[in-house]
Amino acid sequence: MMRVVLLAGVAALFAVPAAAQDHSGHTGHTGPAPEEQAPPQTEEEAATPTEAQANPLGTLRRPAPPRVVPQTHQAMDHSQMDHSTMDHSAMDHEAMNHGTDVPSGPPPARAFEGPLHAADAIFDPQRMARARAYSRVTHGNARYATILAERLEARITSGEDAYLWDVSGWYGTPTQRIVFKTEGEGEIGGGIEDAEVQLLWGHAIGPWFDLQAGVRLDVEPDTAAYLALGVAGLAPYMIHLDAAAFVSDNGELTARVEAEHDMRLTQRMVLQPRIEFELSAQDIPERGIGAGLPKVEAGLRLRYEFVPEFAPYVGIEYETATGRTAEIIRAAGEDPGGVNFMIGLRTFF
Amino acid sequence: MKTYFSCMITSRRKFLAGSGLLAASGLAVPAWARGQSLTHARNGFGEVSGEVIDLSIRDHHFSTGGRSGHAFAVNGTVPGPLIRLREGQDVTLNVTNHLSEDSSIHWHGLLLPFQFDGVPGISFPGIAPGETFQYRFPIRQNGTYWWHSHSGLQEQAGHYGPLVIDAAEPDPRYDRDYVVLLSEFTPRHPHDIARLLATGEHYFNRQMQTVTDGAMSMEDRLMWGAMRMNPRDIADVTGATYTYLINGHGPADDLEFAFEPGERIRLRIINGSAMSFFNVRIPGVPMTVIAADGQYVDDVEVDEFQIGTAETYDVIVTPPAGAHALVAEAMDRSGMGIASLSSRPGQRATPPALRETPTLTMVDMGMGGMDHGGMDHSAMGHAMPAQDTPAQDMPAMEHSMRDTSLLPASVEVNAGVDMVSAMPMDRMDFPGLGLDNVPHRVLRYTDLKAKRANPHRMPERQLEIHLTGNMERYMWSFDGKQFSAVTDDPIRFGYDERVRVKLVNDTMMAHPIHLHGHFFELVNGAGMMNQPLKHTVVVQPGSTATFDLTANEPGDWAFHCHLLYHMHAGMMQTVTVRPFPVDGE
Repeated sequence: MMRVVLLAGVAALFAVPAAAQDHSGHTGHTGPAPEEQAPPQTEEEAATPTEAQANPLGTLRRPAPPRVVPQTHQAMDHSQMDHSTMDHSAMDHEAMNHGTDVPSGPPPARAFEGPLHAADAIFDPQRMARARAYSRVTHGNARYATILAERLEARITSGEDAYLWDVSGWYGTPTQRIVFKTEGEGEIGGGIEDAEVQLLWGHAIGPWFDLQAGVRLDVEPDTAAYLALGVAGLAPYMIHLDAAAFVSDNGELTARVEAEHDMRLTQRMVLQPRIEFELSAQDIPERGIGAGLPKVEAGLRLRYEFVPEFAPYVGIEYETATGRTAEIIRAAGEDPGGVNFMIGLRTFF
Repeated sequence: MKTYFSCMITSRRKFLAGSGLLAASGLAVPAWARGQSLTHARNGFGEVSGEVIDLSIRDHHFSTGGRSGHAFAVNGTVPGPLIRLREGQDVTLNVTNHLSEDSSIHWHGLLLPFQFDGVPGISFPGIAPGETFQYRFPIRQNGTYWWHSHSGLQEQAGHYGPLVIDAAEPDPRYDRDYVVLLSEFTPRHPHDIARLLATGEHYFNRQMQTVTDGAMSMEDRLMWGAMRMNPRDIADVTGATYTYLINGHGPADDLEFAFEPGERIRLRIINGSAMSFFNVRIPGVPMTVIAADGQYVDDVEVDEFQIGTAETYDVIVTPPAGAHALVAEAMDRSGMGIASLSSRPGQRATPPALRETPTLTMVDMGMGGMDHGGMDHSAMGHAMPAQDTPAQDMPAMEHSMRDTSLLPASVEVNAGVDMVSAMPMDRMDFPGLGLDNVPHRVLRYTDLKAKRANPHRMPERQLEIHLTGNMERYMWSFDGKQFSAVTDDPIRFGYDERVRVKLVNDTMMAHPIHLHGHFFELVNGAGMMNQPLKHTVVVQPGSTATFDLTANEPGDWAFHCHLLYHMHAGMMQTVTVRPFPVDGE
């Protein structure tokens, strides 16, 4: 009942244009309206209190429309233009002229009157606040999680057969993500030779790239911890790029650049060229790494997407070491370069 | 009048009975009597009318063709019931939510007090589980509209239905009246679709440009690649997961609309889909468009039209005897909804084959004005000046695809803006992606002229709103700001202010932009007094669209892209029209 009286009071306010325009008077108006103002004295929308209860706004008069009288020259121009609208070919031209004649600018002062949210005046403001909070989550602030296994493969090498995994995932919004990456390889039937895990914070630094910062932990061959800083995203020509620098707990600086591109041969068959470089700023003898380019890989994988999330592939890859690293490998009596064949699976969830 | 009305209902029943799916009998025979699980939603819909209408929202299962899955059904059907009202009546709609989550119903295209508009967080708090919300408002208009949930992604899962308001005055132009509600069904959970879209894998696009197909030159391919854009980004979610429905029936259901030869049939075509534009045609049968978005327009005869998500078109057809295919082909040509218009019960029309997937052009990148200053409209659809963009110019081209200095200060430049249309042009005369070079008549916005003259009044102010997005991250917004960031910062209009609003599409997708609670007038060259009234306008890729709005419905209103997952990703804003007739306490 209180609401009805209040609303009716506001209606009376609107019935008096001067009062309706007076914003300062408006905000102060919180008490119940004087009884004599309650019956709306309007000619077209006189409503009974029962109707008011059913539809509070039904009792209310619309504010008097504040007419803006166009300037004389403007009005003349436009009346001429309207005649020309019969000619369709002139459409764009006409629309543009209109656009330049009509002033841009801020909304009129009356557009800022009243409470922040209209519905708060009708419904429980706390419920409205909860609804708005939920609305924010469901209109642009949703968090998702996904895992992509770009490479899960068995490799036939010149020596022993090996396996490799290259999996990443993220959780977060389109611009702020917790990123997880793991890569590693081992001998089939043997142990894990190489394994690392990264946990990163990804932050969008542009439409296509994220800055990723965090830690990397090597589990094999030796335990080592690194700080990681890199960028990942989509480079021109649809090249997926992931480049990162690592500083180990011993102060050694290394870096890695991976790039791949999906060439769609058919709707289901995709040829993926992929290159990977590893760089080192110094010799790390205990890991068999020399300064320069300790590893260069160039591969081609051909996958077939039975469904996008299940795509087995075959591939060939050339792997080599250069400079000091190659010397170290040769000194051990091994060949620094070699061709691998692989079969594997690309999958995501 | 009364007889006339019941005659239309009879026609409707006839069609339902003819559909061969017992949908009509479902209205009379209880589900248990047909040996069906009560939780299985019926395909198709019944009809409700009168002063007081009760609707209840429940969890159900739904299936069509080989696909089945979860659905939110209203009154047990997908789509929900046809709400049939009469101009001038008052209506009370009691909506009960039997779900375990909040729900809502928005009455799409209706003029009503804002607190009954049904958008949680803007017009009301939403309907909590177990709660009944009472909507009460007078019916101030007539025409073809629809209704749907505005909570989360429920609309995708079946929570929508048609709404028809019969005119106070009878319309003698037709003998039979059918609702044709286009939508889609997916067995996937809508949140799973949203998540897959966010992975940047183009998951649902199975019509990507391959190395060997298509006529695109190497230069153009490299240019698209340089921009990190996909020229086949026609639809985000496709026939890969969608079965396209007409009145809740997939192509396998053989839906049939019966008619007598010589009858004039009014088809009320509603795009109630979540994410799909449709190309609508009845091969061999011309269609006379009489209304757009529920508002009468001067008659236009066409052979085909593209209907954006949330738009409605009313057409009158007079098919010759026989069976005619009513085709609603998805814009990306990944599937179609099919029904037969049959003068002999049981006779099915042979649907035409799907046509070739369209490929985007320079114009769709906002380069419309680059070659011919935008004046050559006839060349627009295929204005692909490959020879003008040799490889050595590519860095310049790439740069100009996101020249943020072209944006007004109102646009926030951030990771959510992956493109800026360098030279966007008005494309009111564009028939829609893939329909610019078909050999028959296709409806264009420039064909629409309001049948009843609007008051002549010049806009007092103009406003430019940019449609922005990032395809890879799946971010969508107005002016670079997702709704989550601007829920307390609405677009403001003074009550009765007349504003010219120019929408500039800085993306390569067509966006159906919908304003709640109002009709705006398309600035389409029809002349100030005959600009057609619409509630939803398709803004073509890399282009502009302009409307004049007289903001005469006070309150807070939703304003958003009606592609459901675009809205979910942030392409939404509150529009407020003030002063309100109420004040806070």
